Amino acid sequence: MQTLDFQEMEKIERSTYRKRTFFRWLLFLVLGLFAFYYLAPLYVMIVTSLKTMEEIRQGNLMSLPGNIIFDSWKTAWSGRGGIDAGNVFLRPFFWNSIKMVVPAVMISTFFGALNGYALTKWRFRGDNVVFLMFLFGCFIPYQAILLPMARTLGVLGISNSITGLVVVHSIYGLSFTTLFFRNYYVSIPDEMIKAARIDGASFFKIFFKVLLPISAPIIVVTVIWQFTNIWNDFLFGSSFSFGEAAPIQVALNNMVLTSTSVKEYNVDMAAAFIAGIPTLLVYVLAGKYFIRGLTAGSVKG
Amino acid sequence: MFYWLQKNLPKIVIAPSFAVILWFVYGFVLWTFYVSLTKSKMLPRYDFWGIDQHFRLWSNPRWYIAVENLLIFTVLFVIICLLIGILLSILLDQKIRAEGFLRTIYLYPMALSFIVTGTAWKWMLNPSMGIEKLFTDWGFTDFTFDWLVNREMSIYTIVIAAVWQSSGFVMALFLAGLRSIDDEIVKAAKIDGASIYSIYVTIILPMMRPVFMSSIVILLHISIKSYDLVIALTGGGPGISSDMPAVFMTAMAFHRSEIGLASASAVMMFLTILAIIVPYLYSELRRQDANA
Repeated sequence: MQTLDFQEMEKIERSTYRKRTFFRWLLFLVLGLFAFYYLAPLYVMIVTSLKTMEEIRQGNLMSLPGNIIFDSWKTAWSGRGGIDAGNVFLRPFFWNSIKMVVPAVMISTFFGALNGYALTKWRFRGDNVVFLMFLFGCFIPYQAILLPMARTLGVLGISNSITGLVVVHSIYGLSFTTLFFRNYYVSIPDEMIKAARIDGASFFKIFFKVLLPISAPIIVVTVIWQFTNIWNDFLFGSSFSFGEAAPIQVALNNMVLTSTSVKEYNVDMAAAFIAGIPTLLVYVLAGKYFIRGLTAGSVKG
Repeated sequence: MFYWLQKNLPKIVIAPSFAVILWFVYGFVLWTFYVSLTKSKMLPRYDFWGIDQHFRLWSNPRWYIAVENLLIFTVLFVIICLLIGILLSILLDQKIRAEGFLRTIYLYPMALSFIVTGTAWKWMLNPSMGIEKLFTDWGFTDFTFDWLVNREMSIYTIVIAAVWQSSGFVMALFLAGLRSIDDEIVKAAKIDGASIYSIYVTIILPMMRPVFMSSIVILLHISIKSYDLVIALTGGGPGISSDMPAVFMTAMAFHRSEIGLASASAVMMFLTILAIIVPYLYSELRRQDANA
């Protein structure tokens, strides 16, 4: 009787163990399939960009290139030169985007930090209403401001220019940057500021000497958020610029749409990958902060 | 004077930004509202006309297609993103060794622009050389997949690409939510003999109500604003079969010289967002007050 029970127990134990390993395998299988699903377009993009058009016509999406050639990367980046100089290529527009992103990120981050500081550490009457009004700017559909903005840029004489795009992105980034810094500074104990105030430190001195030195994480989060959003923007770019002043996303779209003679899918994929590299790089290098920005942008208020 | 300056410095510092927001957000929205009540065509006109543009909008067949597409897209996009996101977050929550690595893979599409995503998927969905060819090469010779050039199906290609891009984000939100749940509750339920499945369905998911709320609001927000992806993937076509309100608005504003009509459609988008965001922000703020 005793032994039978023991055997029985062992049997049960073994079967639950087997069941558990089975579920473990199933788990990894499902997770692996999803990983494949998310990676497939990236794989296709890279592989296609390395093939010749002949290989593309003969093979399929998944087939590997015979020998790796970077010709389509060169074409996407700097064109073929000479013969079809009318073709769009990315290099000038890549620099346009850099020239647009760097000042816009700096301006919106700086003012966001100041606003967040003033809203949390120097409370004044109505500060919550002010913050709510900033916050609302995160949500508006930009279609509702597109037309007056186009007029305004025209009046200011900066339509179809990088400067114009810098202004637009700085303005509409303010809501997000203010939100980020406000939520970060709210969690910093007021005692730190009070002590500095008793010592007679001024508004700006407290900001630069006390708060900014401990703001590194939120600055990184904000800069990454703004960089990604502005680099990836298409609506403002395509509405307020064309031709030479266009940012890279607009140029990429134009490149894919203009079909001169034969559609060169390898060049399209190389171009798409080039346009995606900066943000992908940021994501790989600072994913933690990228995700924190995403969730901070979502759990608002 | 100096004292006054010192006392009001915080307000003075925030004033320029606030003025900018007042003018460029609130002022501009009001401008768009007003122009939607005028006869503006190629240039804005400021003499009041009434709500005729809104009547014109709602009797425009193209607008109906755009709104219908938005409804189809939104329903599918939100539901599929939630399903995939919740499933992945629960699977990743089972103490997986490669969790960080897998999470990175699931979320990277969020770092790409909609134009890059659209370009990549446009190629994959290419009716003769994309996925269709892949399957015929693999031996499924009857396989056809022409949604990109099929009037009836083109809107679903946008759903496919959009889900690919945004579902990882929902996963991240839910994973963060799952991590904040007290382990003791789960342990207690396990001791009581509850199965993993019932623990998730009856205990954990109901606790994630706020995460559901914010995920849905974000997804709705993304879908109402969808513009780039449509432009890059289908261009609103074939014809106008995959048109969306945001595409309609820019087409009227910049190509058709119908500024009044474009403003009317922008007002509709704005009001839709307002109807979603205001209750959400209100409940969020109340929840925070309750917690404080």
